[in-house]
Amino acid sequence: MIARIAAAAASLALAVGAAGCLSFYEIGVETPIQAKLDVTPFQRVLVAGFVSGGSKNIDPNTETARLLRSQLRTKSDLKVIDSDVMQLTDEIDRRKGTVQAPSPNDEPRIKNEQDLQAYEEIFKDAEYWKKIGAEYQMPLIITGSVLFTEVEKSGMVNKPTSFVDSQGITRYQEARTYSDLKGYALSPKFMFIDGRTGEVLYSEGFHEERLYPKDQNTPALSTYFELMDSLLPSFLNTLSTQKIRGTRFLLK
Amino acid sequence: MGKRLLLAAALILATALPAYADKRSDAKAQVSFGILVAQKNLWKEAVRSWERATELDPTYAAAWNNLGIGYEQLGRFNDARKAYEKAMELDPNNTMIRNNNDQFREIYDRQNRRGGR
Repeated sequence: MIARIAAAAASLALAVGAAGCLSFYEIGVETPIQAKLDVTPFQRVLVAGFVSGGSKNIDPNTETARLLRSQLRTKSDLKVIDSDVMQLTDEIDRRKGTVQAPSPNDEPRIKNEQDLQAYEEIFKDAEYWKKIGAEYQMPLIITGSVLFTEVEKSGMVNKPTSFVDSQGITRYQEARTYSDLKGYALSPKFMFIDGRTGEVLYSEGFHEERLYPKDQNTPALSTYFELMDSLLPSFLNTLSTQKIRGTRFLLK
Repeated sequence: MGKRLLLAAALILATALPAYADKRSDAKAQVSFGILVAQKNLWKEAVRSWERATELDPTYAAAWNNLGIGYEQLGRFNDARKAYEKAMELDPNNTMIRNNNDQFREIYDRQNRRGGR
């Protein structure tokens, strides 16, 4: 009994002593990152639509417009304009006089970066965007391109493998094995256009990939959302100040 | 002549040392108070204390380190960079200062890359 009390007293004394001598304190910080774009001249934002292509498993134009609108509604001070998502690919085809009937197996017109380049001229057409701006009372316009493509690669991956130890117990460990992988790549380029002048104010491109073992069946839409999740903070930081959480050491 | 010089040096030391010790102890008090208020999320007050500490004792690495953190939290990135640099100059082997600076530089460089675009 006495020994127990003595031990408790000793540990308490040690803890108090340690606290007294403590010369550093870990503290949580939230470092503010300034918005990339000054959006104070705008009260409204129009997520117009995107030139898109790649996989036929999802419609990157509609999905991207929907996702960005919902994010901006909750995470920015701008009023998000509700409108039909613009079909920019059709608009460019109309201009070129190459309107195509939908192919029987829904093959997208834009399959890769090279196809996409031919459609990007619309972003330089200030008059076109000025007209769109006038239609929606001079908002900030968000547009750009989104390429969502299927990817197949081979490489080393960590796989859990089981083994029976000397006591006959099944255990698991990670082993690096060569594997065939498949998944998706997302390459969006966001363009921020001044609805009053039609000029591009800022643009930023991203590239993200997710790969899975070839025998794993992962839906395209869930991979799309997973990929967008990783680049949304940077997208939102274009319009509003974001805070980066971390820890630092304060010293005495 | 030699004795006089020795005496003069001793006199200077005898008057300067307590003054230095006083300043360091005042600076330490400011640093402690800064930590206390920073833990209550009062970063502006914390920064004011650490600024006072660095004025009292410009060789106090911990005060410069804390000031770097405070400036970072207030979004004053250029001031934070200078404060961290000063802290590292005064105590180059301190891994905690280095760690704080490394984490800050990641954010600082990212912000500056943007500014340059």
